[in-house]
Amino acid sequence: MVARSATVALLSGLIFGAGLAVSGMTDPARVRAFLDVAGDWDPTLAFVMVGAILPMIVAWRIKARLDRPLVGNGFHLPATSTIDRRLVGGAVLFGVGWGIAGLCPGPGIADLAVRPLPAAAFVVAMLGGMLVNRLNCSRTPELKEPKHAVQQA
Amino acid sequence: MIDPASLVHGLIGGLMIGVAAAAMLLGAGRIAGVSGLAARAAGISDAGAPRLIAAAFVIGLPLGAWLVSAVLGRIETRFPSSILTLAVGGFIVGIGTRLGSGCTSGHGVCGVSRLSPRSLAATAIFMAAGITTVTAMRWLGVSW
Repeated sequence: MVARSATVALLSGLIFGAGLAVSGMTDPARVRAFLDVAGDWDPTLAFVMVGAILPMIVAWRIKARLDRPLVGNGFHLPATSTIDRRLVGGAVLFGVGWGIAGLCPGPGIADLAVRPLPAAAFVVAMLGGMLVNRLNCSRTPELKEPKHAVQQA
Repeated sequence: MIDPASLVHGLIGGLMIGVAAAAMLLGAGRIAGVSGLAARAAGISDAGAPRLIAAAFVIGLPLGAWLVSAVLGRIETRFPSSILTLAVGGFIVGIGTRLGSGCTSGHGVCGVSRLSPRSLAATAIFMAAGITTVTAMRWLGVSW
């Protein structure tokens, strides 16, 4: 079951990475140009977001009619709906790092195949940040990661 | 001037990303959130997808980008010249995405399309923080 889900995940990651490359979002300068509203603004990222959200709106509607996914025992989805300090603080930090490097996790990892050295610098530092956050949060109970809810068929 | 072709490419690439996220949701019952799956694949998170599933998705990302570069030719990528810029940005992205439970894919694509209040808030906040950061860097003369 896990092996079949992993095959789906590999295909999904492959199409995702290809989409990033086709859209131009593997170029950090393009991403920064979207955030650079006081400069030579490039709206491409907004087109990418709209393009990505449209199939997902359909997918959520199909999901509502399904008992279980094609492969696997159930849907594993975030169940929290409270906007807390953890979420706000995390989003602020993510936005700052995104603006500095022009990369978010997806393009950073996809770029390992396009520009291995600078992409690896970003990805290794990102994993370091994730590790530091984990060590920090394990000492602070209120910063514990929210759990996913499993809807089992 | 923005080349209209780049907007069309953006829309097509975006649709591919959305189809990929839909395949992950309807196919495997999981959210295609890159930061969460990357943390899980690297063994930095206890919650989330089984490690094999997370690793398979993460490995797919560079494979897909490589495939496009092999078919369409060289992909333009302009990186900052300083490794330090990438390391500082990456480190902050790492902390922020884990603390905020998601990034552009999990919150921005999967959560916003679900109208999740947390994802709508997170997306508005990280967009605003990104714009503020790039604008501040421009004013400080440290843009790259």
